[in-house]
Amino acid sequence: MVAQEALRVVRCGGSKLSGTRAAFSADAKSLFCASGDYVKVYSTATEECVHILQGHTNLVTGIQLNPQNHMQLYSCSLDGTIKLWDFTDGILIKTFVVGYKLFAFYTLAGSEDSVFIIIPKRNEEASDSFQLVSVKLPKIPDQEVEAKELSLILDDIGQSPKCTAFGREGEYVASVCGLHLLVYFFKKKKIHRFPLSATSSKGANNYFTCVACHPKEDCIASGHKDGKIRLWRNFNHKREYTFSTLHWHHDVVMDLAFSVEGTSLLSGGVESVLVQWRDGSDCKKEFLPRLGSTIEHIAASPNGTFFCTSHTDNKITIIHSNLRVSAIIQGLVKGTDVKTGLVVDPRTKALVLNGKPGHLQFYCLQTDKQLYNLDIVQQEYIHQIGLNQVDLVKAAFSARGSWLATVEQREDKETELELQMKLWSYDEQTQSFTLNTRINMPHESHVTALCFRDTDELEDVTPTLVTAGKDGRFKVWVLVNDSDAEKQSMGWSCDFVGSYHNYPANNCCFSEDGSLLAVSFEETVTVWDSDTWDLKCTFCHPPGRIRNLCFGRLSCSKYLLGTTSNGFLCCWNLLSCALFVFKPNEPRPLCIQRNICRGRVQWAVFIPREVPESVGSENHKWLSRSQLYFLTQTQDLMTFSTKSTEERLTPSSKQLAIEESLPVTPFYLLLGKHRNQQQSKENADLGTAVVPSHLAQHSPAIKELLHTPAHVLPSASFLCSIFINSLLIPKENKSAGEVADEVEMDSEKAEDESDEDIEVTEMEPDINPTEILGEITPKLSKSQEKELRKIRRMDYSWIAAL
Amino acid sequence: MASYKPVVVQSFPKLGEKITQDTLYWKNYKTPVQIKEFGAVNKIDFSPIPPHNYAVTASSRIHIYGRYSQEPIKTFSRFKDAAYCATYRDDGKLLVAGSEEGIVRLFDISGRAALRQFDGHTKAVHVVDFLSDKYRIFSGADDYTSKLWDIPSATEIVSYSEHTDYVRCGYTSKLNTDLFVTGSYDHTVKVFDARREKSVMTVEHGQPVESVLLFPSGGLLVSAGGRYVKVWDILKGGQLLVSLKNHHKTVTCLCLSSSGQRLLSGSLDRHVKVYSTTSYKVVHSFDFAASILSLALAPEDETIVVGMTNGVLNVRHRKHEESKERFPKKKRPAYRTFVKGRNYMPKQEDFFVSKPVRNHLKKYDKLLKSFQVSKALDAVLEVPNRSRTPEITVAVMQELNRRGTLKNALAGRDEKQLDVLLAFLIRYVVEPRFAPVLITVAEMIIDIYLPVVGQSAVIDKQFLKLQEIIEKEIDYQAELLEVLGMMDALFATMTRKKTTSLENKTNGI
Repeated sequence: MVAQEALRVVRCGGSKLSGTRAAFSADAKSLFCASGDYVKVYSTATEECVHILQGHTNLVTGIQLNPQNHMQLYSCSLDGTIKLWDFTDGILIKTFVVGYKLFAFYTLAGSEDSVFIIIPKRNEEASDSFQLVSVKLPKIPDQEVEAKELSLILDDIGQSPKCTAFGREGEYVASVCGLHLLVYFFKKKKIHRFPLSATSSKGANNYFTCVACHPKEDCIASGHKDGKIRLWRNFNHKREYTFSTLHWHHDVVMDLAFSVEGTSLLSGGVESVLVQWRDGSDCKKEFLPRLGSTIEHIAASPNGTFFCTSHTDNKITIIHSNLRVSAIIQGLVKGTDVKTGLVVDPRTKALVLNGKPGHLQFYCLQTDKQLYNLDIVQQEYIHQIGLNQVDLVKAAFSARGSWLATVEQREDKETELELQMKLWSYDEQTQSFTLNTRINMPHESHVTALCFRDTDELEDVTPTLVTAGKDGRFKVWVLVNDSDAEKQSMGWSCDFVGSYHNYPANNCCFSEDGSLLAVSFEETVTVWDSDTWDLKCTFCHPPGRIRNLCFGRLSCSKYLLGTTSNGFLCCWNLLSCALFVFKPNEPRPLCIQRNICRGRVQWAVFIPREVPESVGSENHKWLSRSQLYFLTQTQDLMTFSTKSTEERLTPSSKQLAIEESLPVTPFYLLLGKHRNQQQSKENADLGTAVVPSHLAQHSPAIKELLHTPAHVLPSASFLCSIFINSLLIPKENKSAGEVADEVEMDSEKAEDESDEDIEVTEMEPDINPTEILGEITPKLSKSQEKELRKIRRMDYSWIAAL
Repeated sequence: MASYKPVVVQSFPKLGEKITQDTLYWKNYKTPVQIKEFGAVNKIDFSPIPPHNYAVTASSRIHIYGRYSQEPIKTFSRFKDAAYCATYRDDGKLLVAGSEEGIVRLFDISGRAALRQFDGHTKAVHVVDFLSDKYRIFSGADDYTSKLWDIPSATEIVSYSEHTDYVRCGYTSKLNTDLFVTGSYDHTVKVFDARREKSVMTVEHGQPVESVLLFPSGGLLVSAGGRYVKVWDILKGGQLLVSLKNHHKTVTCLCLSSSGQRLLSGSLDRHVKVYSTTSYKVVHSFDFAASILSLALAPEDETIVVGMTNGVLNVRHRKHEESKERFPKKKRPAYRTFVKGRNYMPKQEDFFVSKPVRNHLKKYDKLLKSFQVSKALDAVLEVPNRSRTPEITVAVMQELNRRGTLKNALAGRDEKQLDVLLAFLIRYVVEPRFAPVLITVAEMIIDIYLPVVGQSAVIDKQFLKLQEIIEKEIDYQAELLEVLGMMDALFATMTRKKTTSLENKTNGI
């Protein structure tokens, strides 16, 4: 047991959704996207994650539908494998081991048994040249297959999957790298190379960034670094090729995609505007502006109803073909820098941090979903590289979450610092925060910390906020009633300004009951009475700047903790004004976990659990009330957990999501109605009967039976007897009346069932390829099998009775 | 998708007094009429009957003025020395006045000579008033006494000599025919009942009492003396209700507004303060050219008359609305044109097509949305914008700076456009709320147009003006810093004193 409870670092959601081009299913009802090591299946209608396909051990780099079977999906990963999935049920069908790092993956409808991948030239870590190869996928009915038959197609190409595209019916492949466009014709087995000059007199930057091929005509579209799009035609002649130029983007063209019929070309870039070019002409273009952030990938659905754009802020936008946004799948927004740190919203228990530029995101950790974005800056965001934007630097909630204070700043080298503090009150009616007070330049210089006084808000105490600034002051802001005869209004205003020898203030913190305020000035900690704002005492012991400051809670409320820049953790007893280093009653850290991630841990926060978790081990008691989440330098959100992975997975109504998204046909209505009636009738009639069936659902065998797709199961008649048997309550044992025996038997039986489970799962891969290949493997006849099982069961019960 | 977010225009808190109902009410007076009297005006009294003439006592004369007349309608000048406190009777037919020689005179409004003379005081009589039964007069004099006189027989009824200093003010109750109040320089206010030999109540004001007042209900007494105005509850036996210290010199006169909701006090500090009688907070304040000695309000607050030490009478009449209605309002489309079809309730079978709400964008926002930066700047530099709403102009400039296109927007302007821009800068560059942005703008303009300086006389002149203003501002700031330094030094010495005194105390203990 103890071994199981070892503390592990768990990545908790928020992986990047926009790493690769997303793919649509054939009916455009589901959308697949790579998210770290997983492939996620989303419903396009509900934006819900329906399945998570787990199995890769490294970053997933490519996803493609199986052109031969629309219910299957290929994915490739840096771990050197290609996996084939059944995405409707979320089952791994097959794994092809290639043995190289796979950077991109392409399938063609024409070539049945081979797929195309991009691998590094020499299978090295730091290789910078890549090649496109085709892999023959062997048709062996094993679950794990080695695929080693590689044949080189193109050499020295770009690593990005965007840089290679297959043309009309797989006749040619186009790839761009640097200043060259390479076109390889499969039939003629010839390579055409079209170079461009690096720069022109007009200051153009001709480096290729992406390429797309027209699905119906011989036309290649290429995107360039200066925002130009070139449409290449007639490229099967080495010299007589032509190209036309489309220019709207002012910055790099990030991705290009043709619609299914090829009538329109979609392009996107840093401007975060999706541009639709009709018929490849410069004048017929339509825009979908303000998509939020840089467009990284564009994909079109096979039936032509949807496009989707993946954005740098971890978002996938599903766009209807008439350029209307239909759905948004939003992960944890990863900005360039999380300046606010990790904050917990006391009301929703959501994690709050910097989101989109100028926004605060509320992220629910339980469901791994963004709750909402709060626009703090409320200014039009200009998508342009190198622009000095307004940053959201600080955020703090009051104890009950009824007030939110934010600080935004814009630092320009030419002009001075622009600072703004905003105070937001929670509006119960609209269930969101509304701006109450805006304060320009709350401090002369950067605001280093802000905190609310943690008072019980039911008491009649005015809400109080303290800000500390680099200008050597801390300011106390209180909510005052500045309503006059006409209108009632509450606003915040400065109540007190304190300083200590003009040292820059670093941190501030209120004690739990709000009676004391601690403010650190460089190396000194000052403690102030929050009623009279008198300086009570100062602590100045260790040399070194104070970095953090915190009061103890509950029984430890007499202690004040501080960390210094030279690696001390100090603790002052406020009653005796004595200093400890490390924990007061037990100077030993509770837990040390080394090598938890590459790079620095940037922020960490304890998030209270809704239900205290039972933690067996004494060592991990600190995890029972709250959970520690931390953000690494690469902006991955991680946590500590003692549970195993399987337990951590949240039960979800994934199956329901699919069912709910079924179209409402007359047939469905008829049948669904009938079914519902039946169900309710059953429930009404047999109130007691529900219980055993409920129990039966919990049986793993039945679960397995019901959740395994029908086409991989043995025939129904074969399973029937087992199924019925498992439902029966063994009567003969009861008559025997030996409780101990019964227990023993039950456990034995469970083992038996699990044995059967294993059998069934092991059968899956065997049966599946046989069905595909249409071969017949020798098998026992049904009756024989039945007999055998009966004998086994009878035999067994006899033994048990003895 | 998210729509365009318009430019955020910073709103700055309005400095100075807030506009309330009271400020609107008390500011709604015409420009004052100044009338020169022969000496300091010690009393103004309005006739209680229409047309509400008012008697002004100044020097040795009593002038009666009509409501809008600037010349006295009538003058009583039968005084050898200064006259004091000319007061109307309730019916507006009789007028009583004290005098320096100690004689109280009673006049008929239509007559000239005194109807009665009441001799008895040995010194100047500063206060006289009718009791509310109309047949008796009370008077207070510098001989420390206050007396009651019978009008028909011109005889003294009773004399009270409880005060130990000059009696300078008094007030008669409007409800009780026998009750009156006197205030004296002996710091007390005494309440007398004509049926009793002695005063019935004494309150200690603390300063020489200059003016007293009874509320119409008779329950509250207001006394003014020194810098204080104090309100006493008579029904609770003279308990102090509130003490107001809003003037910084002696308060000389008190007056109630006709509704009884507001109390006015005039002071030697040249201010008249208006208090709310519910919260006792100052709701409005007037200031005048000289120290105020007397103050009166016409019924319905139609006129405020203030008398000052320099003998100037300041008369303000209430504005009336009739002048505004002379211009008919510009005809606008009726309300129903705007709601046409909007209030239609959808029926059961109707298919509802929702129309997205179009939010109206300002001209500069439209231009900014389409990245036309130069035009957006032009739009906010048009005449009504730049003078009326400079904050919008500055906000757009700031937005352009944030977008990194301010330089582009400022560049390439001809003489006329640049002139407008420079004029705007000259006007607002020193304003603290705009300064951070406008200094950047000024720097950019100088950078851009430096090569062409000297080509246009108009622009050169503007540049020189700008330079002059900025130099002036720098001097000003330097001076302010000096003052700040001095204040710091002062505060430092003050705090040190405090600590030393504390130390002394602890030593003493």
